[in-house]
Amino acid sequence: MLLVGFTHYPAAATLIDSLFSTGTAVRPSRFVGLANYAALGDDPIFWQVLGNNFWFALGTIPTSIALAMLMALWVNDRLPARALVRMAYFTPTILPMIAVANIWLFFFTPQIGLLDQLGGLFGAGGHNWLGEPQTVMGCLVAMTIWKEAGFFMIFYLAALQSLPPELEEAAKIEGASRWYFFWRVTFPLLMPTTLFVLVNATINSFKLVDHLFILTKGGPDNASNLLLYYIYQVAFSFFDTGYAATLTVILLLLLATLALVQFQLIERRVHYR
Amino acid sequence: MKAFLSLVFSTLFAALLAAASPARADTELTFFYPIAVGGPLTKVIDGLAAQFEKENPGVKVHPIYAGNYDDARIKALAALKGGQPAQLSVLFSIDIYELLEQDVIVPFDDIVTSAEDKAWLKSFYPALMANGIYKGKVYGIPFQRSTIVMYWNKDAFKEAGLDPEKAPATWNEMTQMAAKLVKKDASGNVARWGVMVPSTGYAYWMFQAFARENGQDLMNKDGNRTNYAHPDVIAALQYWRDLGAKHKVMPEGTVEWGTLRQAFTEGKTAMMWHTTGNLTAVKDTAKFPFGVAMLPASKQRGSPTGGGNFYVFKKTSPEERKAALAFIKFMTTPERTAEWSMATGYVATRPDAYETAKLKEYVSGFPAAAVARDQFKFATAELSTFQTGRVRKLLDDAIQASLTGGKAPAEALKGAQAEADKLLRPYR
Repeated sequence: MLLVGFTHYPAAATLIDSLFSTGTAVRPSRFVGLANYAALGDDPIFWQVLGNNFWFALGTIPTSIALAMLMALWVNDRLPARALVRMAYFTPTILPMIAVANIWLFFFTPQIGLLDQLGGLFGAGGHNWLGEPQTVMGCLVAMTIWKEAGFFMIFYLAALQSLPPELEEAAKIEGASRWYFFWRVTFPLLMPTTLFVLVNATINSFKLVDHLFILTKGGPDNASNLLLYYIYQVAFSFFDTGYAATLTVILLLLLATLALVQFQLIERRVHYR
Repeated sequence: MKAFLSLVFSTLFAALLAAASPARADTELTFFYPIAVGGPLTKVIDGLAAQFEKENPGVKVHPIYAGNYDDARIKALAALKGGQPAQLSVLFSIDIYELLEQDVIVPFDDIVTSAEDKAWLKSFYPALMANGIYKGKVYGIPFQRSTIVMYWNKDAFKEAGLDPEKAPATWNEMTQMAAKLVKKDASGNVARWGVMVPSTGYAYWMFQAFARENGQDLMNKDGNRTNYAHPDVIAALQYWRDLGAKHKVMPEGTVEWGTLRQAFTEGKTAMMWHTTGNLTAVKDTAKFPFGVAMLPASKQRGSPTGGGNFYVFKKTSPEERKAALAFIKFMTTPERTAEWSMATGYVATRPDAYETAKLKEYVSGFPAAAVARDQFKFATAELSTFQTGRVRKLLDDAIQASLTGGKAPAEALKGAQAEADKLLRPYR
């Protein structure tokens, strides 16, 4: 019942909406078939947004997973103040994205922001981090990794703590190096977690657009625009509900395809115990 | 036994009935309002609403803070489509075409009945009424309106050897003075810029000032034609780009709207173009003497107006419309308009507000508060057309592309004009 209400019905309704033109009081909506989909081809912003999302995903997914794994391995050992370090790593996760974006807006502010002040200590000049198309995506990727890595670290930590300690003792007796042990034993055993984290990270790379509202609003000139934010603009700034439904269908298809691919490819390599 | 029980129940029932039926139901007014400038303004609005309720028993007012202009529009339209409708709202003055297309607003000409009310409709500054009139009917009453003004740091001017009481009056003067105001530190990096004009958030609004100063408006009165590719408009964008790229008095790339005020009050720029709605916030946080001036002229002076109007929605009963009109008249009395202007820096929307004792005194002690008003004679309506969201975004993208060096101004604006024509042709 809930599944139908929150998943299947909205998806079906969106698909149907995308086949109609947008209605206003003056010109009511009418069936246009695939005309909205044809319009996608003519829309340069759509293609730019897809490209941006691809680079955003490429930037955030591998790095945040690798970082999460490293952090988990590090805090898994007996560290002094281990609890404090874990909390420090996890803090970005509990902050709402809008709060994070507001903080980072001031980090990135030219001249008076944190980054430029630190740079000033070393003699570097001010830089318009968010205002230039070349650097804006990099900044967003960095901020997202900062936010996400802590979240994934928790999953890896839980998985690491469920590994039997005999494996490590056996490896030490056999004389295996730490790297060998990690690559041949720990990493494959963490595969189920990696699959879960990978799916999560992929969904997040499409889902996380809250920061765009605060930081760039998709600018400059759509350099940082992402698909979900573009859908918001089309639906609520332009009130073009037909086209927004079309874009939403594309997003759904993209996510479904990626999920399928990930499950197929990685299922074979996952070692379940 | 049965008779006794039924007697008890019927007495109870009658008592309940008597207690529950009110003499007359209160009229409820819900309205959304945005805040696009700095300052703790929700308290001011709540205070005004409470006072209206005291003076008008039988009407309850629920102001709902709704974020910025985009959020307020979305919330209001969603509320109208959904369960909890609003009766009136403060929305962007340029939302008028969208609201007309969705057929959700009524013209004030249909609500005002008495001769006194009809005169009230004419008591606002004409420059501010421009955005709210369509085909001769008034749909929006000005409430929080602004123009762009130039703030300048008097200490920085003194330091650079300029007269701290004289702001630049023309584009050339601004470029020259800004060049003198740029301060570099020991390693050659810029510690203070000459002038900054924001290009995120409301880039098209800032650009309207440049265009107007070069003699051009960017749209026609019927909201179905844009003027993005006129040679004087292209020249205006070229000047904006040159400030950063050629004269190096402004940072290259886009300048962030939300942090510009702080950049100014921390001395990172000697001059800034910003909304007069930030005036009180700047006054409270700047640690140096500052001045406020009209924007400099090229062929003439000019600025777009900005801000929000009161709209009354169609889905309202006659009592609600009367109450809404009473509330709007309450909020726009000369005294209250003066109060709102002093709390924010928004311009008082009617000439007689500036005749009230409080505002007269405020302005004589703080002349900066009168600059935006004096600029009205050079003001032009804010960019507003059908399909306004898309048409504006086309211009925003073109401006940002030019300022970041992605496209030349001519190419960017001609492209935007072609796209806008495609969108607006069906409305001609």
